[in-house]
Amino acid sequence: MSTRQFGAPVQRREDPRLVTGNGRYLDDLGHTAYECAFLRSPHAHARIVDIDIADAFEVDGVVAIYLHEDLPGAVGEPLPLLIPHPALIAPRTGYCLAKDEVNHVGEAVVMVVARDRYVAEDAVARIQVEWSPLPAVVGLERAREAAHLVHEEAAGNISAHLLQSVGDVDAALASAPHRLTLDLSIERSACMPMEGKGVYARWDAQDEKLRIYSSTQTSTGVRAAVAAKLGLPLAKVECIAPDIGGGFGAKIMHPWPEEVLIPWAARLLGHDVKWTEDRREHFISSSHERGQLQQVEVGFDDEGRILALDVKFWHDNGSYTPYGIIVPIITSTQLLGPYKPRSYRVEFWSMYTNTVLVTPYRGAGRPQGCFAMERTMDAIAAQLGIDRAEVRSRNFILPQEMPYDHGLMFQDGRPLKYDSGDFPASLAKLKALVGWDDFAAYREQAAAEGRRVGLGIGCYVEGTGVGPYEGGHIQVETNGRVNVATGLTTQGQGHQTILAQIVADELGVPLDDVHVTTGDTRRMAYAVGTFASRGAVMSGNAVALAARVVRAKALRIAAEALEVSADDLDIADGIISVKGAPDTRIALSTVAVLSNPLRYAFDESAKAATQFAGTFDPDKPPIADDEEPGLEGQDFYSPTQATFANGMHAAIVETDPVTAEITILRYCVIHDCGMMVNPMIVEGQVHGGVAQGVGGALYERMFYDESGQLMNASFMDFLIPYASEVPHVETDHLETPSPLNPLGIKGAGEAGTIPVTAVIASAIEDAEGFPIRSMPINPSELWALRREHSQASATKESAP
Amino acid sequence: MTEETYAIAVTVNGVVYHRSVPGRRLLSDFLRHDLELTGTHVGCEHGVCGACTVLVDGEPMRSCLMFAVSAPGHEITTVEGLGNTPEAMNPVQQAFIECHGLQCGFCTPGFLTTITAYLRDHPDPTSAEAREAISGNLCRCTGYQNIVKAVLRAAEIAREAPAAASTSGGASA
Ligand code: FES
Ligand code: FES
Repeated sequence: MSTRQFGAPVQRREDPRLVTGNGRYLDDLGHTAYECAFLRSPHAHARIVDIDIADAFEVDGVVAIYLHEDLPGAVGEPLPLLIPHPALIAPRTGYCLAKDEVNHVGEAVVMVVARDRYVAEDAVARIQVEWSPLPAVVGLERAREAAHLVHEEAAGNISAHLLQSVGDVDAALASAPHRLTLDLSIERSACMPMEGKGVYARWDAQDEKLRIYSSTQTSTGVRAAVAAKLGLPLAKVECIAPDIGGGFGAKIMHPWPEEVLIPWAARLLGHDVKWTEDRREHFISSSHERGQLQQVEVGFDDEGRILALDVKFWHDNGSYTPYGIIVPIITSTQLLGPYKPRSYRVEFWSMYTNTVLVTPYRGAGRPQGCFAMERTMDAIAAQLGIDRAEVRSRNFILPQEMPYDHGLMFQDGRPLKYDSGDFPASLAKLKALVGWDDFAAYREQAAAEGRRVGLGIGCYVEGTGVGPYEGGHIQVETNGRVNVATGLTTQGQGHQTILAQIVADELGVPLDDVHVTTGDTRRMAYAVGTFASRGAVMSGNAVALAARVVRAKALRIAAEALEVSADDLDIADGIISVKGAPDTRIALSTVAVLSNPLRYAFDESAKAATQFAGTFDPDKPPIADDEEPGLEGQDFYSPTQATFANGMHAAIVETDPVTAEITILRYCVIHDCGMMVNPMIVEGQVHGGVAQGVGGALYERMFYDESGQLMNASFMDFLIPYASEVPHVETDHLETPSPLNPLGIKGAGEAGTIPVTAVIASAIEDAEGFPIRSMPINPSELWALRREHSQASATKESAP
Repeated sequence: MTEETYAIAVTVNGVVYHRSVPGRRLLSDFLRHDLELTGTHVGCEHGVCGACTVLVDGEPMRSCLMFAVSAPGHEITTVEGLGNTPEAMNPVQQAFIECHGLQCGFCTPGFLTTITAYLRDHPDPTSAEAREAISGNLCRCTGYQNIVKAVLRAAEIAREAPAAASTSGGASA
C-alpha cells in the first residue's frame, strides 16, 4: 500500500494556481458583461413616495433601469423564508427591490444596468427618490421598548420566541446554596470576507439555458431559487461557485436579491450581466451577526457544581428573517458547552430592528452562548474562591458519560446529543500548554515590574457536520485520471486537497491523479452547502463512500479479467494486483476501459485492454442488469445527527495601567476535531478562526447611530485586525474519533472563533479584578470601567 | 454625454499596452478589466486592505488609489509578473505554498507583491520584522501566522538560490 494520505500535512493542490494570479474569482469573469449598480436606501425606515429615473436614463451607456414595479411574477414577490420554525411567529422577508417601504439603510431600491460600473453609478447618482421617513428602531433596547415597530405585523418587534427546558429550574434555583445573576451583552460584527458577494449570469438564447456564477456557499441552493423565481425548468439552470474569496457565513444566505435580479436581467436583455459588490455595499446590504443581550441566573452548590441555569436572551435579527432563527437556536443549545447543569431553562426573543439582517457568521451564535456560559463559570469561581479551571472540570460531562443527551432540540431539529469528546484530557493539555499552575508566579513577577497581566480561559463544544446529506461522484477515466465531484462549495478550506487525500487512500491511487470539483451543479446536482463546519465531515465521508463503490466495481471487473476472486485483490498506486502475487496485475486505467463495452481504441489504455478481452457469453447482454458502463460511482453520506467537536482556549493579556491598552501576550488552543485529514489545514483554520475571534473581542463592532446609519461602513473605520493585532497562536490537538461517521472526523472550520470573546473577557477580568460583562471592549471602555469601579470602591470605603 | 478618453501606453510585467481610457479609470480596474490581468484583486477600493497592491517601479502601491492615466512612464509589476506559471514561481510564491500562507487566496497577490519588494530590501528579516512588514495588508482567513512563516521561508529560499531570487522580483530598479 502506498503512503497513507489521510492525516498527512499535504501541500494544497489549489495553491499553485492561486499564487500565480490564475485564480478565477467572480469579478475575474465576464469582461464583456453589462454591469450593475443599485440605488440603496439612505434611510433606516421610510416609505417610498416617488422615484424619478428620467435623468438617470440620460447617462450615456445606461442599458436599463428597474424598479420593483418592473419585476414580473415571482421575481417581484417576497424573497423566500429558507428555514421556517414554529417559534418564528412573525417571519418577514424583503423583496429583490424594495416595494413601498425600506427597512434598513442599504436595502436595494433601484437597479441600473449599464456598459460598466462607473456609468451605472453615474446613473444611480441621478435618480431622485422622494422618501417619507419613519421612526427607526435601532438596537435591542429600542426594539424591546417597542415604542415604534419595524413591521406592523410583528408585535413588540418580536419575530420569534422560544423556550426550552430540562429539569425543574425553579425548584433547583430556590434550593441552591448559592445564586448569582449576570447581565451580559455582545455587539455586532460581520463575516467581512475579503471578496464581497457577486453574481454573473449568461443567458444562452439558443439553448434557452441560464448559467449563473455566484460567489456563494451553496450553488445548488442558488440554482433552485433562481429556477423557481424565473419559472425555468431546473434542467435549464446551472450554477457554479468559482473561486471564492472567503465566505464565513454571509454567502450561505440565499438567494440574495442580486442572485435573482442579475440572472433575470441577463435573460431579459439577452446579454451577460454582472454585479460585483463593493465594500460599502457589503457593510450595508449583506449581513451581520452576534448582537445579543443576555440575563443569566445560576444556582450552584459549595463545590461550584451548577444545579440550575436559567438563561434569557434577546437576539437582534435585523430587518428581515430569511434565514430563520438558526442563530439564536444555536446560542440557546450550544451555550451548554462541555458542561452538564442539573437543570436548564433557556428562553429567547428574536427581535426586529431597522438594521442589516442577521445571518450566521463563523461560530453562528456559539460565541455568544460560550460567552454567557464562560462568564458564568468565572463568576461562580470568584464567588466561591475556587480555581476557574477547577470549577469547569467539576461541571464537565465525562468521557464515560458519552454519548450524552442534553434533552434539548438542536439546530437540525434533532436531539442535542454529544457523540464523543474527552474534556478532562483537553483541559489537562490546555493547562500544561499555557502553564496554568505557574501563572500566579508570573503575575507576581509582572506586578513587581509595574505590569498588569491576566489569564483567561474558555471552553466550547461545537455541533458540526449537520445533515441532511452531501454526495460524492467519482469517475475513473481510461488514462487513470480520477475525477471527483461534490456539490458543496469551497471558500479556502482546501477541499480540493483534503477530498483528494481521502479518495487517494480509499481508491488506492496516487494523489496527483485525483482532481476534485466542488460547487458546480453540472457535476453534482444534489448538495446542501458549506456551513456549520460540515465540509470535511459531509463531503469527506461522501467521497469516501463513493470511492468504496468505485473500488468494489474495479475489483469486480479486475477479478473477472484476471480470473481470480475479488477478495484476493488489492489496489495501490493505481494498480490492481493479486495479494501475494504482485505480478498478476492490471492497471485501474485498463479496468476503466474494460468497464465500458464500447471500446474504441482511442488511447493506450484501450489498446492495452485488448489482451483482457476474453470470451463472452452470447446469451448475456454486454452490460449486466445490475451494472452500468464506466468505472464510476456515486454515494451520499447522510448522518443521523451532528458530530460534536470541542476545544479549550487560554490567553494571557496585559493591560496598560495608565492607557488601558490591551495586548494579548499569549494565545493557546487545544482543539479536538476527531481525526484530522490534513493537520496543516486544520491548524490554518484554527489560526484564522482565532484572528476573527480577536477582531470580535477587541476591535470590530457595527456602529449604528440612532437613526440607523452605519457610521463605520468601511475598512478605514471598521477595524479588522492586521498582523500587528493578531497574536501568535500556540496549538495542541486531541483526536477523539467520532463514532458517527466512517472516517471518524468532526468539523473544524468555525471552532477557532467560538470562545475567543469569552477568553479575552476572562483574561481582562483577571487582570483588572472587576467583572467584564460586555464585549467587545476597547481601551477607552476599559478605562471608563476602571473609573467606575474605583469610584464605587471609594464610595464603599467612605461609607460608614 | 460621452466620456472623454485618453490614449495611454502602460508597461505591465515588461509588456507595453496601448489603450484608451477615461481619466477616472482606476489602475486596478484597468489591469483587471482592460488588460484582463485578474491576479490583482480589489477588496475595499479605498486603500486599506492591500489586496490590490502592485509594484510601481519596484515599490508596493495600491492600484485602487491610482489612476490608469498616471501609470505611463512607470514599470508596473503584478502578481502575474512575479511568476505566472507553477513552474516559474518566485521564492515568495513557493514559500506561501510550503507554509500554507493562503486559504481563499483573495488577499494573496497583494501580500506576494508587498513581500517580494520587502525581501529585496530586507533579505534576512526576524520574525517580528516579517510581521511588521505584512501589517499593512488585511487577510480574513489565515490569522497571518503562516504568512509570517512564509516571509521567513521565502528569505531562506532566496538565499539558497540567489540567482532565481534576483530575477523573480520582477521589478528592475
Ligand atoms: S482594494 Fe486597494 S487597498 Fe483595498
Ligand atoms: S487567504 Fe483569504 S483573505 Fe487571505
